[in-house]
Amino acid sequence: MSTFIAITVSGVALGAVYFLIASGLSLIYGLMDVLNFAHGVFLTLGAYAGWAVAAHLPAALPNAAVRFLVTACAAALGGAAAAAVTELLLIRPLYGRPVSQILVTIGLDLALLGLLLGAFGSNSRSIAVPSWLTQVTRFGSERIPNGDIVAIGTGIVLLGALTWFLRRTRYGIIIRAGAQNREMVRALGINVGRAFTVVFTIGGAAAGLAGLLNAVVFSGALVDPTQGDQLLIFAFIVVVIGGLGSLAGSAVAALLVGLVQTYVSFYAGSGSGLGQLGNMSVVLVLAVVLLVRPRGLLGSTA
Amino acid sequence: MTRVLGRRGSPSARTTPGGGAVARRLSRLTSRDPAAPAGTRRTRTGVTVLAVALVIFGLLPLASFQIPWVLPGSVDVVNSAGTLEVLGLCFIFAGVALGFDLLFGFTGMLSFGQVLYFAVGVYLTDIALSVWHWALLPAVALTMAAGFVLAVVLGAISLRVRGIAFAMVTLAFAQAAYYLIADNPHGLTGGDSGLVMSTVRLPAQLVGVVSTRNLYWLALAFLVVAYAVVWLTTESVAGRVWLAIRESEQRVEVLGLRPFRFKLASFVLSSLIATAGGVVYLLLVGTAAPSSVASTTVTVSILVMVVLGGAGTRWGAVVGAMVYVYLQQYLLKIAAEPSFTSLAAPLRVPLSQPDFLLGAIFILFILFAPGGIAGLAGRARAGIAGRFRGGKHIGS
Repeated sequence: MSTFIAITVSGVALGAVYFLIASGLSLIYGLMDVLNFAHGVFLTLGAYAGWAVAAHLPAALPNAAVRFLVTACAAALGGAAAAAVTELLLIRPLYGRPVSQILVTIGLDLALLGLLLGAFGSNSRSIAVPSWLTQVTRFGSERIPNGDIVAIGTGIVLLGALTWFLRRTRYGIIIRAGAQNREMVRALGINVGRAFTVVFTIGGAAAGLAGLLNAVVFSGALVDPTQGDQLLIFAFIVVVIGGLGSLAGSAVAALLVGLVQTYVSFYAGSGSGLGQLGNMSVVLVLAVVLLVRPRGLLGSTA
Repeated sequence: MTRVLGRRGSPSARTTPGGGAVARRLSRLTSRDPAAPAGTRRTRTGVTVLAVALVIFGLLPLASFQIPWVLPGSVDVVNSAGTLEVLGLCFIFAGVALGFDLLFGFTGMLSFGQVLYFAVGVYLTDIALSVWHWALLPAVALTMAAGFVLAVVLGAISLRVRGIAFAMVTLAFAQAAYYLIADNPHGLTGGDSGLVMSTVRLPAQLVGVVSTRNLYWLALAFLVVAYAVVWLTTESVAGRVWLAIRESEQRVEVLGLRPFRFKLASFVLSSLIATAGGVVYLLLVGTAAPSSVASTTVTVSILVMVVLGGAGTRWGAVVGAMVYVYLQQYLLKIAAEPSFTSLAAPLRVPLSQPDFLLGAIFILFILFAPGGIAGLAGRARAGIAGRFRGGKHIGS
C-alpha cells in the first residue's frame, strides 16, 4: 500500500511539472495560435540559470529554504527573460504568419540547443540544492519525498495564480478576450501585442521553474542541455490531450499523463523488459483520447 | 469529426475525379495555371538544368581531380570515398525532403513524424538482413510493405485531427517508435548503441570500400525516382487537389471532393519515399543508430531542409536538403581544423556547432526570405526581368 501511495505521489509530482510546461504552451497557443517549439530550451535555460545562481550564492545566506527560493526565482527569471526576448525579436516581426512563427521557434530550438551543447557539452551539471529536498517526510506511516511535495505545491500555486490572473486582472481579461477574438480586441483600441509579450513571459517563467524542478526532483539535481526537449514532447501530448488552449484541460491532462506514465513504468515496465513502456503508454492514451474526442478532453468544440 | 464516420452512408456516386471538369475548377482554385506559356518556358529551362546536374553528378565518381577547400571529405579529391559518401547522404535526404515537401509544401500538412517512416526503412531492413539473415530483395520488399501498412494505419488515425493537433499526433507516434527502438525489444534493434548491418548476404557490388561509388549511384537513383514520382503526382489531378487542400480544405469539400482520401494518399506517398530513403541510407552508412535515424531531431532537420529550400517547390526542397547536409558535414570538418581550434572560446564554441549555425541561418531565412532559396531565386529572376512583373510571393 505504501508503495502505491509513493508511486501515486510521484506521478502527481510529474503531472505538476508537466502542468508547469503545458500551461504556458496552452496559454500561448490559445492567444497567438503559436505552438512554441522553443519552450524546451526555455526549460533548459531556466535550469541552467538556477544552476549558475545556486553555485554563486554567498555563503552568508545560511537558510536553506531562502537559498532554494533564490535559485527558483533565478530559474523562473531565466526562462521569462529568454521567452520575452524571443517574443520581441523573433515572434513580433512575424505577426499574422502563424506557420512562420512556429518555424522560427523550431529554428531557435535547434540553434540554442547547439549553443548549449557547445558551451556545456553533453555532460550534466549538478545543481546545489538544500539536502532537505532529497529527504522524505513522514505522514503517519507514509514516507513522502520532499521534492515531490515541492513540485506538487508549485503546480497547485501556479494553477491558482493563473486562474486568478485570467479571471480577475485586466491583462487576464484581455488575454481571454484575445483568445476568443483577437481582431475585436484590437478594434477596441487595446494593445494585443503587449498581451502577447506578457503571455510569452509568463509561459517562459513557468517553463524555467519546471526545468529546475524537473532537474531537482526527477534527475537527481543534474541538468544537461537535452533535458528540456525530452520533456517538451510529453508537454505537447498533455496540451493536445487537454485540448489546445484550455488551461483546465492542461491541468487534468497533466495529472492523467503523469499518473499513467508513472504507474505503467513502475508496475509493467520493470518486468516486461520494456523499460520505455511508460513513455509509450502516454502515446497510447493520446491516440485513444483523439479517437474518442478529437478536440481533446476540454477543448472547445469550434 | 463525425464526418469520417458519416461518409460510409454518403452516396457512392461521388467518385474520384478523372475528367477535366473538376481539374479545371480546381485550377481556378490554385494560383498556378499549367497552360501559361511563361510557365512552359520555365519548365523547359528547369528540365535542362536538371538534366545537366544529373549528368554532372552521375559522372562525378569517375572524375579524380582535386578541388581544394570545398570538399567535405578528408582528402581534396572529388571522387574520394569520403566525399562520395557525403554526396550520397545529400541525395538521400534530398529525396526524403522532397517526399516531406509533397506533404507539407504541396498539401499543407505539417507532420512532425516523418522520421518514423525513415526509421522503419533503416531498421526493418537492418533487422531482416542482420538478425534474420534474409537476402536483400525480400528484406527490402518486407520493409516497403510494412512501411506502406504503417503509413495507411497511422495516417488514417492522425488525419482525424488537423493543423497543430495533427503535427502533435504524428510527433507522438514517431516518439513511440523511438522509445521502442531505444528499448531493444528481444535484442532486435541493439538499443541506444544501434545495430551494425551484416554484409554477409549483400550482393558483392554493395560491399567494401570500392562499393562507395555504387552506393553513390544508388542514392542518386533514389533521388531521381523520388523526383520523378513527386513530379508526376504533383502535376496530376490529385496534385491539383493537394494544392487546393493547402489553400482551402473547405472549398475542396464544397466542390464535392473528399479531402480525407487525398490527404491520406499524400501522407502515404510521402511516408513511402521516406521509407525507401531509409533503406538506401542503411546500405550507404552501414549502421542504424536511434539518435541519428529515429529521433525527432531528424524530423526537424527534414523540415528545416524543405523550408530553407522553399516549401512547395520541388527543386527547392532538393537544393535545401543538399545545402543542409553538405554544410552540416563541411562545418564539422572545419571545426576540427587546427587553425579553428585555436580560436578564442566565445568565437569557437558557437561556430563549432553546425546545429547552431544552421538554426541561425534558418531563422534569418524565415525572417527575411520566407520563400527559401527558391523564393530568393524567383526574386532574382524577377529582378533580372526588369521588375515589371509584380511577382506574388507565397510567404510562410
